[in-house]
Amino acid sequence: MAKMDKLLRGILLTAACFIIVLTAGIVYGLVSQSWDAFASFGFFRFIASTEWDSRNDIYGALPFIAGTVMTAVLAILFCIPFSLSVSLFNGEYFRNKKLSLFVSSVVDLLAGVPSIVFGLWGFYTLRPVLVDLGLSQQGFGVLLASIVLAVMIIPYASSLSAEFIAMVPNDLKEGAYSLGATNLEVIQRVSLPVAGSGIFASYILAFGRALGETMAVTMLIGNTNNIPRNLADTGNTMASIIANQFGEAGGLKLSALMVIGLLLFFITASVNFIAKYIMKLVNR
Amino acid sequence: MKKTKLSAPRYRLMKSRIFFYLVCTFSLLTMIPLFLIIGELIRKGYKQFNFDLFTKVAPTSMEAMLARISGDAIPGGILNGLAGTLLILAVAIVLAIPLGIATGVYLAEKKEKPLARLVRNLSDLLQGIPSIVIGVIVYIWVVKPMAGYSALAGSTALAIMMLPMVIRSTEESLKMLPDSLKEAGLALGGSYSAVVLRILLPSSFSGLFTGALLAISRVMGETAPLLVTVLGAATVNWDITQPTTAVSLLIWEFYNDPNLASLIWSSSLLLLLIVLCINLLAKSIAKKWKIQ
Repeated sequence: MAKMDKLLRGILLTAACFIIVLTAGIVYGLVSQSWDAFASFGFFRFIASTEWDSRNDIYGALPFIAGTVMTAVLAILFCIPFSLSVSLFNGEYFRNKKLSLFVSSVVDLLAGVPSIVFGLWGFYTLRPVLVDLGLSQQGFGVLLASIVLAVMIIPYASSLSAEFIAMVPNDLKEGAYSLGATNLEVIQRVSLPVAGSGIFASYILAFGRALGETMAVTMLIGNTNNIPRNLADTGNTMASIIANQFGEAGGLKLSALMVIGLLLFFITASVNFIAKYIMKLVNR
Repeated sequence: MKKTKLSAPRYRLMKSRIFFYLVCTFSLLTMIPLFLIIGELIRKGYKQFNFDLFTKVAPTSMEAMLARISGDAIPGGILNGLAGTLLILAVAIVLAIPLGIATGVYLAEKKEKPLARLVRNLSDLLQGIPSIVIGVIVYIWVVKPMAGYSALAGSTALAIMMLPMVIRSTEESLKMLPDSLKEAGLALGGSYSAVVLRILLPSSFSGLFTGALLAISRVMGETAPLLVTVLGAATVNWDITQPTTAVSLLIWEFYNDPNLASLIWSSSLLLLLIVLCINLLAKSIAKKWKIQ
């Protein structure tokens, strides 16, 4: 019996240690492969340069960083009215009602739709609409990618903020009601301020999702290596340049793509860390 | 408060009601895309959604072009993709689920020990890594040393994506068990291993199962990590060391080849149906057993 116990404890410890090894391997792999590009361009020159020239082997990541940040920020802005409504619907107005169960299930299913299907939907359904509205000539570009991204991150932003809104103590709300506040005033003055940092954290998590989203963005952003000048302009994100050019890459170009992967890794990791940190403060 | 028209109770109530209707409208609008997507896939895909889809491999661009010129429906299906998805997923499940459950049990048992906290944070970190970055890493660690793309590489990538989800769901469902359950087992003279294997894991089985299903449904439609790890294949392949294709990867190929475009819809419809069904199944199990 004691032998079994020892074996089981050993297995559990090994499994846990494997996670550490795995993470270390991931970071080490990315850093070691990025070395070539760091050595030839230097870190700051690489992230500040706008050149992406395969023929002369000169690479810079600024257009992709700009594209990533633009699409993700726009996606968050577009998604706020919808996801905030859904979270108020589920967490405040219809808390624990059948109706909210239905709405939250439908919105959660949206999170299950594969990225490539969102890409197809954006390409074949939304793109023609944008062209008809005269917003851009081809339809491709930052605007189209951000709209689809916004739809994709709504479930992530809304389900978590609904939980935070639902956690607001009833005493506080009842106090406000008893002083004659209306529904809207309770939301404005009590629910949102109390749940505020939790809601903020869930939007940061959703932002992290948007930064790393690959397939849908690759299909919709137009894939040009320039800094997008306006909403209708085409561009590339860090994820989409990797997806697009990885197959044919070798040598220095591969290393440059690895640096972009490493950057993306660090950006999403820090964004997630910030969100988790805020949530930990809230729960305390 | 200053007595203005806007602070009169009637206006405040009206404002509150308008806001309520706005919230309802926007919530309703949010639900529309899911139905739009399903509707569009059914409308465009039902014609090609036939027996061939499951029994034939994907056509070449040439075959599809000839069929298009003569005005026929494009021949072939996605058998090679279905087989590949099955193979890649099966290996990923074997890699990720035992490891994930073991780690989850470790975290639930050790709670706030420094090592457990570190592992928990790293697992959260893994969860946040974009799928394409995981693909790139697997390319470095598996594709390059093996000197070629393979189903195994794809499985590794999907397994890394599943791991944090399995760990989290295992830990959460074990945490929900009352301490008295474990204490009763120990009091009866059960050894540590007997308590974990015969009491804790079986009692939280539905939670573990739901977590595994959700993890599977999340990685099933993944395309980006497969793009850089399994390459694609024109025939059915059951060898994990060989290049393979997957349903999602075939959709990507169809999308890039105008001749094959009409196969996009039936295969996407199938993929979406499978993913959503697994999702719903997991949720209904969770509801039945009252777990979150």
